Amino acid sequence: MHPSLLLLADSRLPAGGHAHSGGLEPAVTAGTVTDIPSLTAFLRGRLATTGLVTAALAAAACALAVTATEPVEEDRLPGLPRAGGATGTGTPAEAATHRASDPPPSGTTTGTVNRATVTGDGGLAVAWEVLDAEADTRTPSPAQRRAARAQGRSLARVALRTWPSAALDVLARQGAHHPLVLGAATAAAGGGPRDAASIAAYGSVTGGASAGVRLLGLDPLGVNEALGGLAAAIDAVAAEAAGYAGRPWAELPAPSAPVLDLYAEAHAGADLRLFES
Amino acid sequence: MGAHFGHGADHHAATPPGGRALRLGIGGPVGSGKTALTAALCRVLRDELALAVVTNDIYTTEDADFLRREAVLSDDRITAVRTGACPHTAIRDDISANLDAVEALEQRHPGLDLVIVESGGDNLTALFSRGLADRQIFVLDVAGGDDVPRKGGLGVAAADLLVINKTDLAPLVGSDLELMASDAARVRDGKPVALTSLREAPGAPEVAAWVRRVVAGSREHAPA
Repeated sequence: MHPSLLLLADSRLPAGGHAHSGGLEPAVTAGTVTDIPSLTAFLRGRLATTGLVTAALAAAACALAVTATEPVEEDRLPGLPRAGGATGTGTPAEAATHRASDPPPSGTTTGTVNRATVTGDGGLAVAWEVLDAEADTRTPSPAQRRAARAQGRSLARVALRTWPSAALDVLARQGAHHPLVLGAATAAAGGGPRDAASIAAYGSVTGGASAGVRLLGLDPLGVNEALGGLAAAIDAVAAEAAGYAGRPWAELPAPSAPVLDLYAEAHAGADLRLFES
Repeated sequence: MGAHFGHGADHHAATPPGGRALRLGIGGPVGSGKTALTAALCRVLRDELALAVVTNDIYTTEDADFLRREAVLSDDRITAVRTGACPHTAIRDDISANLDAVEALEQRHPGLDLVIVESGGDNLTALFSRGLADRQIFVLDVAGGDDVPRKGGLGVAAADLLVINKTDLAPLVGSDLELMASDAARVRDGKPVALTSLREAPGAPEVAAWVRRVVAGSREHAPA
């Protein structure tokens, strides 16, 4: 892997991750996670749900960012879904005023973006908003959405400084979800969708692991051993997630972990907490 | 107890880019009086400077709540940041949450002169990143032991102003103020030291005067 991508995956990247426990703090508070075996089980569950969703979103975002830097050719939009038979007529300016929460503009079908809407800067902004809406729909907990946007902002700040790109500019302005920014940053740093998926899947377990060391005083060597044991599962999730990069966004995976959502909501209202989420 | 300002006061001017608010970090160990000093500065300076505060609470929003309860500033000028059990990380290695909070305050209140970022209580090696704070104050208290300045540490040695607080307690805890001041002067290479007692002088006049000078200096150096 290219050293730029290693920087992006490094937990020392100054992108605000240290203040988030990946849902572990409320699990510790609830008594669900108490030791390394229960931490490992928690991380496996997180990887299979949030991990897969964020990795697929990151891969899709990376594909879109790569597309945006290349000349657009008919029927060749690697990261983008295709609206069957739809023909867009809106100008980029019209498209830019369309928000993801509005009804789709003429020429698009729900959950897809057609070719015409993504050409031009305004159209690209809409495409990013639609992908961001896909992230919203896969993040039922408002607290987790806030956390994902806060981390997206922080990542955009450091990524723009190091690997400036038009896509990161748009996402920083939109305050997008973290996996979208991660995908765009991966593209800007020279990586592809599979790299973005790997970094996202890896990041979906390392934050919680580090929080476990801090909250429970777990043996860091034992926690690292547990992470090493998850390596094959991380890779498998990343490979599966990257497979969605060329498919319509509505088909992106959406497994959920309702207990994690409930924990996140409880945590946001807790009096005593060390981590933002 | 008077201020012990050294000859090197303000020898490196803070120059915030673009004429934005000066960002002042206030750090130091748990219980040294950072929040009380922040509250005192807000009370004394709020009528002459446009102010906002970011607190970095270790566990709760206690510090922000204290400032709100004391009504030193309106609620929307105080923001609390959580630090994930690593207060030094939030002010030094990964300042993004604090930058976010500072920039949100600057957007909400255009024309701010000063944003105080109060660190969560930390150890003697904690230092604000220059990416977050233009200037920084490190707060010790006499009850923490009069050998602390001699031991040094990054906070004691490098802060732009060292505050030795709670001087009224010195006789009660057997701390030698003269020793603390001279030890601090030795490790600080002439940078200023202020001895304060918020009980005896609730407005922390020496510290407030230093902050006024720093803010005025940053205005002079700010690009037009």
